[in-house]
Amino acid sequence: MRRYYRMLATALFLTMVAVISGCSSEQYIVLDPKGPIGESQKDLIIITTLLCAIIIVPVLILTAVIVWRYRDRPGRKAKYAPEWEHNTKLEVTWWSIPIVIIVILAGVTVYYTYKLEPSKPIASEKAPITIQVTSMDWKWLFKYPGENIATVNYVKFPEDTPIRFQLTSDTAMNSFWIPQLGGQLYSMSGMAMTLYLQADEQGTYYGSGANFNGMDFAQMTFDADAVSQEEYEAWVQEVKSSAPALTMNVYEELTEPGPSNVQLFSSFPEGLFEHIVTQYVEEGSSGAHAHHGQAAEH
Amino acid sequence: MWDKIKDFASEFFVTGDPLILGAQVSIGLTLIAIIFTLTYFKKWRWLWTEWLTSVDHKKIGIMYIIASILMLFRGGVDALLMRVQLAAPELEFLHADHYNAIFTTHGVIMILFMAMPLMFGLFNIVVPLQIGARDVAFPFLNSLSFWMFFFGAMLFNVSFIIGGSPDAGWLAYPPLSGLLGSPGVGQDFYIWGIQISGIGSLATGINFVVTILKMRAPGMKLMQMPMFTWSVLSSCVTIMFAFPILTVTLFLLFLDRYLGAHFFTLDGGGNPMMYINLIWMWGHPEVYIVILPAFGIFSEIVSTFSKKRLFGYKSMVFALMSISFFSFFTWAHHFFTMGSGANVNAFFAVTTMLIAIPTGVKVFNWLFTMYRGKLSFPTPMLWTIAFIPCFVVGGMTGVMLSVAPADFQFHNSYFLIAHFHQVLIGGVVFGYFAGLYYWWPKMFGFRLHEGLGKWAFWLWNIGFYVCFMPQYALGLMGMTRRFNEYNFDMGWQPLNVVSTVGAFLMGLAFIFQVWQIAHSIKFLKKETSGDAWDGRTLEWSIPSPAPLYNFARLPQVTSQDDWWEKKQRRARGEAELPEVAAADQAPLEPIHMPRNSGIPFIMSFSWFVAGFGFVWDWKWMIVVGLAGVIISMLARSFSYDTDYYIPVDEVKRTEAAARGAH
Repeated sequence: MRRYYRMLATALFLTMVAVISGCSSEQYIVLDPKGPIGESQKDLIIITTLLCAIIIVPVLILTAVIVWRYRDRPGRKAKYAPEWEHNTKLEVTWWSIPIVIIVILAGVTVYYTYKLEPSKPIASEKAPITIQVTSMDWKWLFKYPGENIATVNYVKFPEDTPIRFQLTSDTAMNSFWIPQLGGQLYSMSGMAMTLYLQADEQGTYYGSGANFNGMDFAQMTFDADAVSQEEYEAWVQEVKSSAPALTMNVYEELTEPGPSNVQLFSSFPEGLFEHIVTQYVEEGSSGAHAHHGQAAEH
Repeated sequence: MWDKIKDFASEFFVTGDPLILGAQVSIGLTLIAIIFTLTYFKKWRWLWTEWLTSVDHKKIGIMYIIASILMLFRGGVDALLMRVQLAAPELEFLHADHYNAIFTTHGVIMILFMAMPLMFGLFNIVVPLQIGARDVAFPFLNSLSFWMFFFGAMLFNVSFIIGGSPDAGWLAYPPLSGLLGSPGVGQDFYIWGIQISGIGSLATGINFVVTILKMRAPGMKLMQMPMFTWSVLSSCVTIMFAFPILTVTLFLLFLDRYLGAHFFTLDGGGNPMMYINLIWMWGHPEVYIVILPAFGIFSEIVSTFSKKRLFGYKSMVFALMSISFFSFFTWAHHFFTMGSGANVNAFFAVTTMLIAIPTGVKVFNWLFTMYRGKLSFPTPMLWTIAFIPCFVVGGMTGVMLSVAPADFQFHNSYFLIAHFHQVLIGGVVFGYFAGLYYWWPKMFGFRLHEGLGKWAFWLWNIGFYVCFMPQYALGLMGMTRRFNEYNFDMGWQPLNVVSTVGAFLMGLAFIFQVWQIAHSIKFLKKETSGDAWDGRTLEWSIPSPAPLYNFARLPQVTSQDDWWEKKQRRARGEAELPEVAAADQAPLEPIHMPRNSGIPFIMSFSWFVAGFGFVWDWKWMIVVGLAGVIISMLARSFSYDTDYYIPVDEVKRTEAAARGAH
């Protein structure tokens, strides 16, 4: 009987491995970055995995060896030392191994934390494009202040150009995430946060909200298209000429809870983003939120 | 009139879903069955005098454990429902609102109403026995703590069929959990359920700190305490500092919802981020609160089943205490993506990594306790050994998550979900199961069936890896937590199906455990020696189950692993140390014990009534409930007959009966 259980367990395990390896590597989008921020984060993930593996692989092997070697069985030869409970040399050793690894890891982390601070501009010859992102119930609104167009649940930008996303929320907080370009940042009402991302090659990238904000949260996914400069400009012109305008009334409708399909708008009211950010600031107040709001205005 | 009643009922009772209807029917049937059984066997009085009013720490511990196993069932069913939905989202097994409610209750129940009471159950049963005490420091408060937890948990649970469950996530971030984001009563059930049980938890923390510091047997120095007792001390100190934060935070949220305050809403000058900071200042220490006692359990078990002293005792103590200290400096790692800037993120990334050092040391110490030992593998030891690789891998992914810029990619993804389930199941649940198996003979006086236990063990372990390893991969594929549906193009479905299969294997494992308990009760294998595993600490020196007063004579402690040393001296035929012999042969004295009291039950029930009133904003009910609370307090302050002495004759009779068996 026992043998069959073992075979069953092995079969199960092998099936699992087969299923996991059956998923092509392209599907691991976090490990398949298409921009400089995502690249650095992938490097960092690999460095930290290796550093951790330096400790845990020997520990796993040691565990197996010790459990096997010291199991109680008739006629075993391994030593039994019931009173052995302290050894300064050994204890100093395994206090120092994790300390050394953590010191190295901490150094790497601090370096990358400053390097990849989301609001730090990406070095590039091209001037960044600003896209203002608002998370709503339950849709994403993108506004292009330079082009004066707006979109819902869809964003397009040129390749090889830094994109300066300004994030806020008109409702509960969310988290703006395009995994292949780089890590996420919260969108929060009353604040305008900056996240720089860039796509090095053309393609359609998956984007989503990563922080739960209610009922139809799962429908807040969107496509982020990176295209050539010409294609981008043509698209902007097309939107400008064919799409309706985003008036204040239309905006009010968008704030009604509910998911949405992709929508395009040829213009939007001036200062809409600033209005969203500062809507809770009372006249004459100079609180923390007012400060964040001002940061959004340049 | 009839329409009014119908309107009210349709708002009051949750209807319209077959799952909920099923739950209502089964709750109704269970209640009828319980009432019928108690009445038929005339057990109402027994239930009241022996259990509901008991201040005996062992009975309170057993009640905690029963409650937590029921909650494990409920939380587990929640998990399976979610996994069914995620394996085949196109079937729309659960609608979005229902799914949101279920992941919220799954989280709350597993952490607060399953892990916490299972932990308190073990505290209650083991700590006084391990330190040679006759009870906890404040037995009445102990009973009150249990009933506050129990009625808090019940208040939270009734939301499922009455009024609707909370659905704003297990930590209920505002503004989503505010009045505008969650207008229904679910969020009020959340606030009051957790608030009432949280006060019970805080009281337990204080109770055990005092018990451990003040009630140790004569001779037991702090540095001779069993490691489990040390872990309870570190956990309870953490509770004392963390739980007040939770109480205040939830109270402020209550003021926001009930009185229209604006602590956590931007309009009116509040700030939702303040809530997130506060809730994690409690929430992060909370995960260490539940894991530290598991570390203590593993230490006891490893040394018992290696037949060897625990290696590096002082290191272990230092590691426990430093973990509970550092746990208060890591909360911001839950929102690296909040944009607090590189300085803050770097600080909290490093403080989070620091925790890995003492934790790593503990793993080495367990390994070197086994090194040169004589290992045997009954179920408690199996769980302990399975814990090591599981926790080491989970710890490693935890360190990976603590690297702030990498966390921008992991945050809120299934990578995170896999990580914390690996440390919470592989650490906490495995640990408490190990403890439950280990101390089961001490609690009930009979052994559990080993064969069924091993089945459960393997199913849990295989199920665990099948369920959660794919979730790491899903995280790297960009799948976000709390999605109830996803686009098929993402290629997430195969792994989700595998994960669901694993979840059901764990469910099957749970059934094996229930079967194991039922089978063991039926074919009762009495444990007569009192020392089921050839143990090392004081709890094994008394009969199983322990008599009401625990120790007929308080033991004189002279060393760590005192009971083991004593057995060794006896085996070598040495004479007892003079002070020990004197304590052993001292004449029996009447034993001072606390009297049972119905007040904790009544007072906690009154809190339940008041909480229910607050949820529905029924002022009369609030008044009735709070009046009950105040009357209970008055009744307690005017009751003078709160203790009694067990006469020597009765102690002699009990001891003879318990020891005569072998």
